[in-house]
Amino acid sequence: MQFLQLVISGIAQGCIYGLIALGFVLIYKATETVSFAQGELMMLGAFCGLAGLTMLGFPFWLTVIASIAAMALVGVVTERVVIRPILGQPAFSIVMLTIGLGYVGRGLITMIPGIGTETHTLPVPYKDVTWNVAGLVLSAEQVVIIAVTALLCLGLYAMFKYSKLGIAMQASSQNQLAAYYMGIPVKRLNGLVWGLAAAVAAIAGLLLAPITFVHANMGFIGLKAFPAAVVGGFGSLPGAIVGGLIIGIVESLSGFYLPEGFKDIAAYVVVLIMLMVKPNGLFGEKLRKKV
Amino acid sequence: MRFIFKTDYDQDIRLAKHGGQVFWYTALLALLLAAPWIFPEYWLAQLTFVLIYGIVGLGLMLLAGFTGQFSMGHAAFLGVGAYTQGVLTNLGLPFPIAMLCAAGLAASVGIVVGLPALRLKGIYLGIATLSFGFIVEEVFARWEKLTGGNAGMHVKAPEIFGWKVDSSEGFYFVCLVTAVLVTLGVLNLLRSSTGRAFVAIRDSEISAQSMGIHLARYKTLSFALSAALAGLGGALYAHKLQFLSPDQFSIIQSIDLLLLVVIGGLGSVHGAFLGAIFLIAMPQIIAIVKDYLPAVIGQAPGLQAVVYGAVLILFVLFEPLGLYGRWLKIRTWLQLFPFYRKGMFKRQKSFQKSDRLK
Repeated sequence: MQFLQLVISGIAQGCIYGLIALGFVLIYKATETVSFAQGELMMLGAFCGLAGLTMLGFPFWLTVIASIAAMALVGVVTERVVIRPILGQPAFSIVMLTIGLGYVGRGLITMIPGIGTETHTLPVPYKDVTWNVAGLVLSAEQVVIIAVTALLCLGLYAMFKYSKLGIAMQASSQNQLAAYYMGIPVKRLNGLVWGLAAAVAAIAGLLLAPITFVHANMGFIGLKAFPAAVVGGFGSLPGAIVGGLIIGIVESLSGFYLPEGFKDIAAYVVVLIMLMVKPNGLFGEKLRKKV
Repeated sequence: MRFIFKTDYDQDIRLAKHGGQVFWYTALLALLLAAPWIFPEYWLAQLTFVLIYGIVGLGLMLLAGFTGQFSMGHAAFLGVGAYTQGVLTNLGLPFPIAMLCAAGLAASVGIVVGLPALRLKGIYLGIATLSFGFIVEEVFARWEKLTGGNAGMHVKAPEIFGWKVDSSEGFYFVCLVTAVLVTLGVLNLLRSSTGRAFVAIRDSEISAQSMGIHLARYKTLSFALSAALAGLGGALYAHKLQFLSPDQFSIIQSIDLLLLVVIGGLGSVHGAFLGAIFLIAMPQIIAIVKDYLPAVIGQAPGLQAVVYGAVLILFVLFEPLGLYGRWLKIRTWLQLFPFYRKGMFKRQKSFQKSDRLK
C-alpha cells in the first residue's frame, strides 16, 4: 500500500517534470535549440496565476485561461525579440542566451517589492481535498495534475497528428529548409512553438503551485526536467512524459527507501546511467550524419 | 598597420609575434609584479580573485573554446580541487605538493566524466556534466567526515617547509606565479600538435577524424587538462577563501564559469582573463551604481541577476566573440583608421548545420 502511495505521488511529481520536459522537446524539435529558461517560464506562469487569483480577484477558470494566454504571448514575444536574430548560430550561443533569459526572469520577479522574495500559496478551489480509495489517500492536487497532463497529452497528440498546423510543425522540425521550400512559414511556426512551449510551462506552473509554493526560485525544478527529457529521448514528445514519470517515480521511491540525500540526485543518477547505456534515450531516433 | 615580414618558419609558432607584443606583455607583467605596492589591500584581493578565476577560466576555455565540448558542471572540478587542497593542507602537506595532488585528482575525475563524453554530443554532454555537477555537490554535502558537510571546512594558510604564506601579498605572488605558468603552458599546448588537434575537433569532428585524429584520446585529454586547471584554481580558491562549503560549488558557480568564457570571448586565451575581470568587477560596479538608482530598483535583491542576464543576452546577440572580440574590432579600427569596413567581422549563419544528424 505504501509502495503504491509513493508511486502515485511520484507520478504526480513526474507529470510536472514531464510537462516542463515537453516544453524543452517542443522547442528542440522545432528550432533545434535547447531552452534553459523553461523552468523560469513555469515560475512566471505560477506568478501570473497568483496575480490573477489574489490581486485581480479573477475567478479560477478565468485565471487559468488568462495565465496561459499571457505566457503564450510572452513565449511568442521572446522568440521574436531575442531568439530569432541569432537562429543559425551555434547551439551553445542559444543555450547561453536562454540561461540569460532565465536570470532576467528570476531577477525581475525577485525585484518586485514585497512579493518577489516571499513564498506564496496559490489558493486553488481544490486545495486540501482528499479522497480515500481502497486504503490509498488521494489528494485532489495530485489527481488534477495527472488528469490535466493526460488530457494535454491527448490534445497535443491530436494536434500533431490531425491538424494542418501540427503537421506543418512536424515538417519544419524534420527539415527546416525543405519545409520552407514547401511554403511553410517556418519563422512564424517557430514563434508559435515558443508560445506553445510557454503555455505548457504555464500549465505546469499552475499545477505545481498547489503542491509546493509560489516563489522566485521554483524555476530550478526545470533543471530536473532535463533528465526527464533525456531519458525519454530528447526529440520525442511521448518520451518527455514517460521520462518525467520515470524520474518522478524513482525520485519518490528513493526518497523513502534510500538514505537521505539520494532523493535530490536520483534524477541525475538515472540520467547518467541512461546516457551510458542508451545515449539516445528510450524513444529517441538514432541518426548518423552522412559525410 | 603592422606588416610582419616572415623570414623564418619559427616565426609562425613564436609566442610573441612582434616587438610590440613583447613590450606590452612585459609592461603588464611589471605592473602585476608591482601591484602589491601600488594597489590598496582590497583591490589586491580582487586581483588575486581575477587570477584564480583566470586559471579556472583557462581550463574551461581549453575545453569549451578550443575543443568545443561544453561542460555545465565545471564547478565540480573546482570543488574537487578545493576540497583536496583543504584536506591535504590541513593534514600538514606542503602546499605545492597539495596543489599538484588537487590538480591530479581533478584531472582523474575529469577523465571519468570525459569517458561518457566520447559518445555524447552537444546538449547531451551538457546535461551529463550538469548531472555530474549536482552529484558531486551532494557528495561534498554528505561526506561529512572528510568535507565537514554543510557546516563547512576551514582551510589553513599555505605552508612550505616552515615558511608560512599568510600575508595577502605573499599569496598574491603564489597566484601570480601559478597564473603565469599556466598561461604559458596553455599557449604552448595550443601551438603544439595536441592544441591543433583540439581546434580541429572543435571545428569539425568528422574532418578531424578523417585526418587521423584519435577523437577519444584527445577529447579525454582535453577533459583531463581542463579539469586539472580547474582543480588548480580550486586549490588557490580554497586558500583565498579559507572556508569551504558545498554551496560554493553549485550550478550557479558552473553557470558563472560559463558566463566567464562566453563574455570573455570563446576561443581566446585573453578571453579567460577578460572574463575573469568581468566576473569579479561586475558585482563591484553594481554596488557602486546601486546608490545612484532609485531605491525601488537599487535596493532590490534581484538586481544582480537581472544585470548578469541582460549582459549575457546582449553579448550573445551583439558580440558573440566576447570582450576579446570587441577589443580585436577596436584594434583593427584603429590600425586601419579610415579604411575600416562594416562587414569585416560579419558572422556567417549556418542553417543547414544540424546538431541532430551528427
